[in-house]
Parts: sequence; structure tokens; C-alpha cells
Amino acid sequence: MTSDARAPAPEPPALQLAGLRKAFGAMEIIRGVDLALPAGERHAVIGPNGAGKSTLFHLVSGHYQPSGGSIRLRGEDITGMAPQLINRRGLSRSFQVTNIFPRLSVWENVRCATLWSMGYKYSFWRNVERLADARRRTEEILTEINLLDRWRMPAGVLTYAEQRALEIGLTIAGDADILLLDEPTAGMSHAETERVVSLIRRVSEKRTLLMIEHDMGVVFDLADRISVLVYGEILASDTPEGIKANAAVQQAYLGVEPL
Amino acid sequence: MSDRPDMRPHGHAATDPPGGRGRSLLATAGIWVGAALLLAILPHVFGSGLALTSMSLVGMMIIFALSYNMLLGQTGLLSFGQAVFFGLGGFLTAHAMNALADGKAAVPLVVVPVVGAAAGLVFGILFGAVATRRAGTAFAMITLGIGELVLSSALILRRAFGGEEGITTNRTDLLPFLGMTFGPQIQVYYLIAAWCLVSTAAMYALTRTPFGRICNAVRDNPQRAAFIGYDTRAVRFIAYSLSGLFAGVAGALAAINFEIVNAEQLGAAQSGSVILMAYIGGVGNFAGPIIGAIVVTYLQVGLSDVTEIWQLYFGLLFIAMVMFVPDGIAGLLARQQPLLQGRRLHRVVPFYLLSLLPGLAALAGLSLAIEMTNRLTARAADGPEMTFLYTPIRADSPLPWLIAVVLMAGGGWLFLRAARLTRQAYDEALAAARNKGSGS
Repeated sequence: MTSDARAPAPEPPALQLAGLRKAFGAMEIIRGVDLALPAGERHAVIGPNGAGKSTLFHLVSGHYQPSGGSIRLRGEDITGMAPQLINRRGLSRSFQVTNIFPRLSVWENVRCATLWSMGYKYSFWRNVERLADARRRTEEILTEINLLDRWRMPAGVLTYAEQRALEIGLTIAGDADILLLDEPTAGMSHAETERVVSLIRRVSEKRTLLMIEHDMGVVFDLADRISVLVYGEILASDTPEGIKANAAVQQAYLGVEPL
Repeated sequence: MSDRPDMRPHGHAATDPPGGRGRSLLATAGIWVGAALLLAILPHVFGSGLALTSMSLVGMMIIFALSYNMLLGQTGLLSFGQAVFFGLGGFLTAHAMNALADGKAAVPLVVVPVVGAAAGLVFGILFGAVATRRAGTAFAMITLGIGELVLSSALILRRAFGGEEGITTNRTDLLPFLGMTFGPQIQVYYLIAAWCLVSTAAMYALTRTPFGRICNAVRDNPQRAAFIGYDTRAVRFIAYSLSGLFAGVAGALAAINFEIVNAEQLGAAQSGSVILMAYIGGVGNFAGPIIGAIVVTYLQVGLSDVTEIWQLYFGLLFIAMVMFVPDGIAGLLARQQPLLQGRRLHRVVPFYLLSLLPGLAALAGLSLAIEMTNRLTARAADGPEMTFLYTPIRADSPLPWLIAVVLMAGGGWLFLRAARLTRQAYDEALAAARNKGSGS
């Protein structure tokens, strides 16, 4: 049984990219990407360096403006929207290069990431220490990413693996139902990778996940479906088994040797 | 040693236990009650006319410097035009006072700074709508432009701004409050002290709101702030407007205190002096600008008595602070706190004194050279005879120059050596304090 065989959901896909393009001057990095993620799917994007994976994430999350095509979130057109507007609609992303608030404490990092979704927005009349729900949520997230005992430290002094965990914590703190994770296990030891994989598995339950990942073990372990991006185009989009068996993919990316 | 992680909690963010509600209400209230008592007692300890006027000046400068740090320290916005709000707040207050004079309306003087606050807020919204569209260098340049724009407008619109002379007013023409006419300086001091306390408490409370924390997030990493749902431009805009509000309060108090407002108060020099206050005090700490306002104001008053080129010393102090103590006096003090807690401070104090001595010697040498140069150039007409540190000298004789060079070179060299030893001693004491802390 593959996930392709599932009956099409009645509601629109959680995330749908149609003919998405991005050019920097004459260089076209993303050259017409079509992709649809049904709600609840764990989807991995793989591809060689320079294929445009991170650019694709920047387009979907609003960091870059697309040159063409459209992005739909649960059917709603979000093409070209500012990052914060996309985030408020329930799409949250992490970064390949750790992107945290270095001078704020670990606690404050996570709490800041919960505030908008809890409805506190720009409130300048409430005492932030008295927000019991934000405190609870922050504590839950810190427990989830195993950083509760580091809560007091400035985030900038955490170890690399801890900062990567915090990066995921910031991404999930706002309770978004679509998560984009950009190389969450990059540069991690085997043990650390295993911890992060089980964390991703937990937090992506009942959520839609799109992740960029180079570690094939992680990809085949986590993903329901895999898309292979080569030179800004999707070469194949299939189940892990289908990708393994795909000759074009093997040639372009996985190496000619059959897996 | 150099890779020692910076463990100091930043601001107040890291002092509250997760799940706790921070310091107890009693302790928080205690700090403010203590501050109020201190402000009440000060004029009874230092009651001279000079002390009263300088303390009044310090009070309004504390508000002004804190308002500036809402931008620089809290939100990471470098503004070169903060005096615009100080000055406009002052002008509108003076006009309001003149309109209310002779009891035409039942408005006592004590509530008049609200006019300054409103003026600061309105102009903050107006200029903020333009300036906060950008961050970083572009923001700084726009604020510089706004400063110049407002200053030249003030000189052109003579009726509103009174031209070079400015607008005069008389605070005693307004309704008295609880029997106070605000004629005597001590009554004005208490008015300023009360507004200073209220404004400081309000600005501190603001740092402990969701908005205040998001300002810090935008300062640290505006890009990521957008990806957790925040419009960084909106954050900058609100911070800029509120900062204008408090700067307007400071300007209103200045109008009440001096009973005259002129274009100088909204110019670049005033904007520059608030940067000095915030930076010298320390922008990374809420108390920093308070310390900075006190130190800079008293240095201005004190130095301008001693030397006519006091601004040059300010420039030197500013450069030295930026280079060697970028976290300001408050940062310097905050670094002693772990030693104090671990009872290791006594180990480093001798080293501080050890570096202070050659440092002062080098400074004296530098100052001697500067003053003699000034005597021989700008004040050549007065002849070479002068006094330095109560000693009569001749600026054109070689001996004082030799002394200056020896003091500078020798003192500087010894200072650098002592500073290295001091840093070692500090690192060792800090490690010892930490070990003790984790062992207990």
C-alpha cells in the first residue's frame, strides 16, 4: 500500500505549488515546480547541492518573491505574501543555518515564538511574566526539544546541536500545522541525528511536513513521499520505494548503482 | 580564557524561573518605593541652588536617555534625531502653558507634561511612518534627515518657534497644585522627580510586555522575528512612536524647568548628547541610560567649569567607552555581580586600583598636552602662562611637554600591562566564583 493509493482528500491540499519559478537576473533557479502536499503528509525534498531546495523554501515561506507561478495554503493563494502573513496562516519554517535570537535566553526565544499564535501580538499593556498559557506552552516546547535545563542561558552560547534543537523549537512553538524544516540534521552526530528524527516524528504528527534533508537514512525513515529536485525542476515525486526504483533519479542523484 | 561563554543574563529576560512569576511583588514594589524615597530625600541632602538645578536637569535627562534606549538598546534602532521629540514636546508645552496662563483654564502645571507626551507621540507617529519603513543604516540616515528638517523648519517658522530667541513662558502663571506655585526650584525638582519616576516605571514595565520582548527579538534577529509572525516594521513603528512620547515628556519638563525653549533643543547636538548618555551608561541594560544621564550631565556641568574645551574630553571618553567598554558603565558593573555573589570581588579590586593609577597618570599627561596645545593655539593671545591642576606652568617651556610625554607613554604602557593582569585576575576570580556556586 502506498500513499499514492489513498483516496483524494475532499479538502484542498495543505500546500500546493503550481508552475513556481524564481529567477535572479538571467539565472533561473526554480524552473516551474509543481507539488501538492495533502494534509498530514511527511514530504522530503532531496537533490544535489545547488538544485534550488533552499530557494524553494524561501519562496514558500515568503522570504523571496516568486518570478512566476502560485503557492496555495489550504486553497488560499499566498503567492508573494510577506513572511509574517504566511506564518500567521499556519506555516512555519526552520533555517539551514541556525537563525535564533542570540542575546535572548533560551526561554525568551521560545516564548517569543509562541506569543503571536497565543493572540498577544504587539500587546504593550500586559505583563509577559503573567501569561500562564504562554509559560505553559514554552515549558512544553522546551521539554519537547530537551532544553529545559538550559532555559536561562543566552541562546548564542548553546552548543551547535542545542541551537539546532532550539531552531526546531522556534519553528513549532507557534503551533503551525504546516512545517518546513531545512536540513534539520545537518552537521549532527549519529546519536544527535537519531534524537532529532524522533523529535521530528513526534512534532509532525497531525501536521504537514515538508523537509529538505541530505541524510538518506533520515529521508527514507521519515518521509511518506519524496521529491527529487534537480536544476530547479522536480525530477520525480514518489514514495520512498518508487524513488529507490526510479532509474532517472538513480542516474541524476543517488548514483548509478541501484540501492 | 577568551572563549569563556558570556553567561550574564541579558536585561531581565533570564532572571525569572520558568513557571515562576519572577521577583515577588514585594521586592518589585520595594525598588520603586526606595527610588521614590531617594528622590524625596536628595534635595534635603544636597540643598544648594546648584545641586537643585543639576538634579532637575538629571531628572529630565534620565527620561530622555531611557526613551532613546527604547530604540537603540531594546529594538536595535540607531536614531540620530531623538531631540526632535524632546524639542517639539518642549515647544508645544510652552505654547500650552502660555495659553493656560493666568488661570484661564483649570489645568494645574503638574499635568502639563501630558502635552509634551502627546506632542512626542503624534510626531513619533508622523515621522515614524516614514523612518521605520527601513531599518539599519537607512533608518539612521532618515532620522538624521528628519532632525535637520525639523531644525531648519524651526528657524523658518518664526511665529511657532520664536526664531533664535525661542519661546518663553512662566510656570508660575498656571494654577498652583496643593499650594505649590512652582516658583522655587525645589518645587520644580519634585515635579520633575515625580514625572521621572512615573516615566521610568512605565518604560520599565514596557520591557516586560509581549511587545517589549518582541522588540528585543527584532533587535537580535529581525529576519527570524518575521518568521514567528511579527511585522518588524510595525514593531519599529510602535517602538519609535512610544519613544517619541517619553522624549516629549522630557522636553516638557525642560520647558517647565527653564521657562524657555529654543531651536537648539531639537538640534543635532542634543540628539548627539542623548546617544552619549545611553552609550556611556550602557545600552544593554535597562539601568544603563539612567547611569549615563547622571554621569554625562554631571560631567558636562563639572568639566565645563574646569576647561573650555570640555567637549573634546567628551569625545575622548566616548571613543574610549566604545572601544574598551562597549557595554557601558552598567555592563561593567554587571560583570562584577557574579564575583560579588561568589564572594570573590575582593580579589580583583586591588587589580582595578593597580590599573587605575597608571590610567589616571596617562590621562593627566594627555590632558596636559591638550591644554597646552589649546593655550598655544586657540588662546595664543593670552600668553603661555597657565595653570594645570593648580600648578602654574608655561606652555612654551619644554619641561611640561616632557612631563606630558612621559606620563602618557609610561602611564599608557603600565596601564596596558596592568589591564592584562586585571583581566587574568578577573577570569580566575570568575572561575572560582562559578565553582563555588556550583559546588554549594
